[in-house]
Amino acid sequence: MPDLGKYADAVLSAYAASLVLLVGIVALSLWRGRRVRAEMQDVERRSKRDG
Amino acid sequence: MSLWEYANPVKFLRLSERVLPWLWGGAAICLVVGLVWGFFFTPDDFRQGSTVKIIYLHVPSALMAINAWFMMLVASLIWIIRRHHVSALAARAAAPVGIVMTLIALVTGAIWGQPMWGTWWAWDPRLTSFLILFLFYLGYVALWEAIEDPDSAADLTAILCLVGTVFAVLSRYAVNFWNQGLHQGASLSLDKEENVADVFYFPLLVCIAGFVFLFLALVLYRTGTEIRVRRTRALIARETRTTDLHAEARDA
Repeated sequence: MPDLGKYADAVLSAYAASLVLLVGIVALSLWRGRRVRAEMQDVERRSKRDG
Repeated sequence: MSLWEYANPVKFLRLSERVLPWLWGGAAICLVVGLVWGFFFTPDDFRQGSTVKIIYLHVPSALMAINAWFMMLVASLIWIIRRHHVSALAARAAAPVGIVMTLIALVTGAIWGQPMWGTWWAWDPRLTSFLILFLFYLGYVALWEAIEDPDSAADLTAILCLVGTVFAVLSRYAVNFWNQGLHQGASLSLDKEENVADVFYFPLLVCIAGFVFLFLALVLYRTGTEIRVRRTRALIARETRTTDLHAEARDA
């Protein structure tokens, strides 16, 4: 860990906040993407079955 | 082969499935290398001390916040002129990513500003236009959610995007237009005097590449999701229509 001196709180909180936001948008996008894909496959299967 | 081929959702999805692993990989490698290099292996600045390390998050996110809006502008213009649904959905998919980029730029800017300027916030031209851009992003997403008919929503959000472009331009050039305010000029410049020192410049370039890859990966992935939502709705609507017709035929 580098010596961040008196600005350690500022630097670490900037990194923490940014990483949380970046990981958050990636995780949310992947989660919604998977849910929507599963739902679409479900509906496609149903419409094929029912003609 | 023409670019317009990818206005076909099936072709777009096929292309994005092929490209996405490379984009996710490029984003992960560049972000890890750039941030580790910048955080652990660059010296403190003689004036800013260790807060200079915030540049590796602040500059790329601010750059992407503005460029995401321009990408939405191009996609909205394509929708208005050529009525390609994929472009409208791409603009919609990019907006939440733009919100996150703008938020990171605002938050890291405020955290840097407190020790350096002695204040979290100042009504400086660039900061203010950035805040307005953030509000435009929120308004854009809210408008998409508020209108039920997707084509009307795409039309109205495209108009909002055109209006918001003024603030995207202002966010980028406010420092040049007004010679007042706290925010310094661009960190990246072709002018060697204005550009940041090489020791900060190279890891910053890697971080910018990481943010660009991440943005592209997220927009492609999210556009694919929007296309699937649209197809699911169309299938459900067809299913409902068929069920209604069968019921009517039975009653008759």
